[in-house]
Amino acid sequence: MSAKELKTKTFDWFDERLGLREGRDLLDHKVVPVHGGTTWYYFGGITLFLLAVQLGTGILLLLYYRPSVAEAFDSVRFIMTRVEFGWLIRSIHSWSANLLIFAAFVHMFSVVFTHAYRRPRELTWLTGIVLLGLMLGFGFSGYLLPWNQISYFATKVGTDVAASMPFAGPALARFLRGGEDVGAATLTRFFAFHVAVLPMLTFAFVGVHLLLVQKAGMSTPSGISPARLAQMKFFPNFFLRELMVWYGVLAILGTLAAIFPWELGQKADPFSSAPAGIRPEWYFLAQFYTLKLIPSHVWFMEGELLGLLGFGLLAAVWVTLPFWAKGREGETRTKWATGAGVFLVCYLFAFTILGYLK
Amino acid sequence: MRAPAILFLLCSIAGAAAVDTCVTCHAALEEGAKGPATLIKGDVHTAHGLSCADCHGGDRTTDDQDASMNRAKGFLGKPARTAIPKFCARCHSNPDIMRQYAPRERVDQFELYQTSVHGKRLASGDGNVATCIDCHSVHDIRAVKDGMSPVHPLHVAETCSRCHSDKEKMAPYGIPTNQFEEYRSSVHWEALAKRGDLSAPSCASCHGNHGAKPPQVESVSAVCGTCHVLFAQLYDRSVHKAVFSGVGGGGGCIVCHSNHGIHQPSTAMLAGPKAVCAGCHDAETSPAKTAVEMGAWLDGLDGALKNSETVLARAEEYGMEVSEAQLRLIDGRENLVKARLAMHSMVSGEMRKPVEAGMAVAAETLKAGQAALREKDIRRWGLAVSVILIAIAILAIRGLIRRIESGPTAMTASGEKTL
Repeated sequence: MSAKELKTKTFDWFDERLGLREGRDLLDHKVVPVHGGTTWYYFGGITLFLLAVQLGTGILLLLYYRPSVAEAFDSVRFIMTRVEFGWLIRSIHSWSANLLIFAAFVHMFSVVFTHAYRRPRELTWLTGIVLLGLMLGFGFSGYLLPWNQISYFATKVGTDVAASMPFAGPALARFLRGGEDVGAATLTRFFAFHVAVLPMLTFAFVGVHLLLVQKAGMSTPSGISPARLAQMKFFPNFFLRELMVWYGVLAILGTLAAIFPWELGQKADPFSSAPAGIRPEWYFLAQFYTLKLIPSHVWFMEGELLGLLGFGLLAAVWVTLPFWAKGREGETRTKWATGAGVFLVCYLFAFTILGYLK
Repeated sequence: MRAPAILFLLCSIAGAAAVDTCVTCHAALEEGAKGPATLIKGDVHTAHGLSCADCHGGDRTTDDQDASMNRAKGFLGKPARTAIPKFCARCHSNPDIMRQYAPRERVDQFELYQTSVHGKRLASGDGNVATCIDCHSVHDIRAVKDGMSPVHPLHVAETCSRCHSDKEKMAPYGIPTNQFEEYRSSVHWEALAKRGDLSAPSCASCHGNHGAKPPQVESVSAVCGTCHVLFAQLYDRSVHKAVFSGVGGGGGCIVCHSNHGIHQPSTAMLAGPKAVCAGCHDAETSPAKTAVEMGAWLDGLDGALKNSETVLARAEEYGMEVSEAQLRLIDGRENLVKARLAMHSMVSGEMRKPVEAGMAVAAETLKAGQAALREKDIRRWGLAVSVILIAIAILAIRGLIRRIESGPTAMTASGEKTL
């Protein structure tokens, strides 16, 4: 039997059981529109790639990490100093987490500015928003795991903010902390969220998100007929280009990890005073700074509560964007969505910078 | 006649409104006699409900000047300067009285004062020496822990210096007046005044307060040893103990470290042009050589630890994780302190152990720092190789794309050309 015959037979054997031809046909027919905004399509793939990096490095870290107050910090230090390439794995995991959230934000805003959320892609938008929330949840829960001074006090601040939410706030804070204050129960809880609950939800939503993208196809900018656009085959043409981008991202990740290894800091000491200038990770900084700017009491309510209600309202408006950014006839009101997008980008950019400087 | 009439009128009006006529009448007097009535408002005795008449006697309830200050009825007036300690002791040496106001306060101040140089001279009729009011003030006496009190730990030295730095006042006694100036250059003053360490010693810590006198030669190391316990123990076992006891002008610790102007000790005290050892030992003698050797050990250990610190700091700047080695360096620093302590035994063998242990820590941490710096270089090289390989992979993919897209093109269902 020749090699070609063996290959055909093997393919046929698997095809009979898995339906490989259907997948191949799907790849053969999937196309990507080519236009001025094609570059933005890569950010969905970059986000997915970084998620895969997080999964791989996260599993490797799990081999040595110990989720207890007594051992967490020392186990991370052990990873950084004793485990072969442990420093690289941990640094890549930390840098990749930040790049992942950045890529997810870019992906979201590219969807808004190219109006890719419009009918029939409302569910794709909604699942994407849920995924962004899950990424932020990964960031918040993972930040505490090294159990160092900065992460301990940042988590205290973060859960305090949660406690000021109306009605369910105190209960939510107790649930997150596993008690009245950040402690051993919080660490094990955050570990469980980080390695079990959030990954499961993420897998489910990534699956649905990709299915919906596949179902509706790649969006083209509004006002341009898809029939008039040049197209590129997804496989291999677009996929190979995406692969180049992934390699580029990998080089950036490696450079950041080697030149700026993620620091470990000092072991958390709950009895010490909070370090000066304590602040959350950059992706929560705009909200944190906004809450700091609001006076402690505004009219009849607490300032923090007012801020949280404002964020809630803003989030509700943002999540429902595909449903209100259209006219009576169903036509897209692109100016409204673009305006909202520009406002949000300016707000997040300006307040994040101010939060760092102040 | 007009002034007494007005005074009488004022006293009558004040008497109608308040019980303590001493304060109300004196407050209306001219500056000199008015002072006590003004000062007493901040006095610790006033805070405890006591008033002028409790010390000076008399009747504070009547506004009749003759009746209120009637010596026949117990008015004491202003005590003579030599009578002041006994005047205060009427209450401060009486446990029954003191228990009502300050139960934990000692009641032996007067007894101690009588044993002091101040007390003895006062008893011999010298009215220039310090009595209670010279240190504690009068009429505005504050508790020792009150920051405004002249005997608060932060102000004691300054209070003593009011007399002891006064050349004219000290001339009859033939004692120096530079103690305060020297003390202000000392490590003790720096700890007390600059770092706010209230446990740091000032005059009274070594000389005593009420029983103040200079420590005797044989008690100097015991006085210093109240704080520097381990140093005193080693010194007591050293050959210097017996020798220094016979030195004129003081002995013990102060032979090397001075008394009021104690500066940060350094190895320059052991070897070199400023060596205190050279004051007694010729350079060619065995003790002088031992001192030089001890100085070299301490300098060597200090230098080795500083070198390790520098290397570790550089590694940390590059983002390398060296916290374990930095923690280990603390052990090295502790060994340096132990070696400095052991030096006071003047037995080089006792010093060798901590010096060797410290040098081992220095070598170990230096090795860790150098390894971290080498690791940093390896990482940079690894990064460079990885980036080159990634660039090659990107170029290869780009070539593949070009090869694929340079082949025959196909048409999509919509009739457009695919890429």
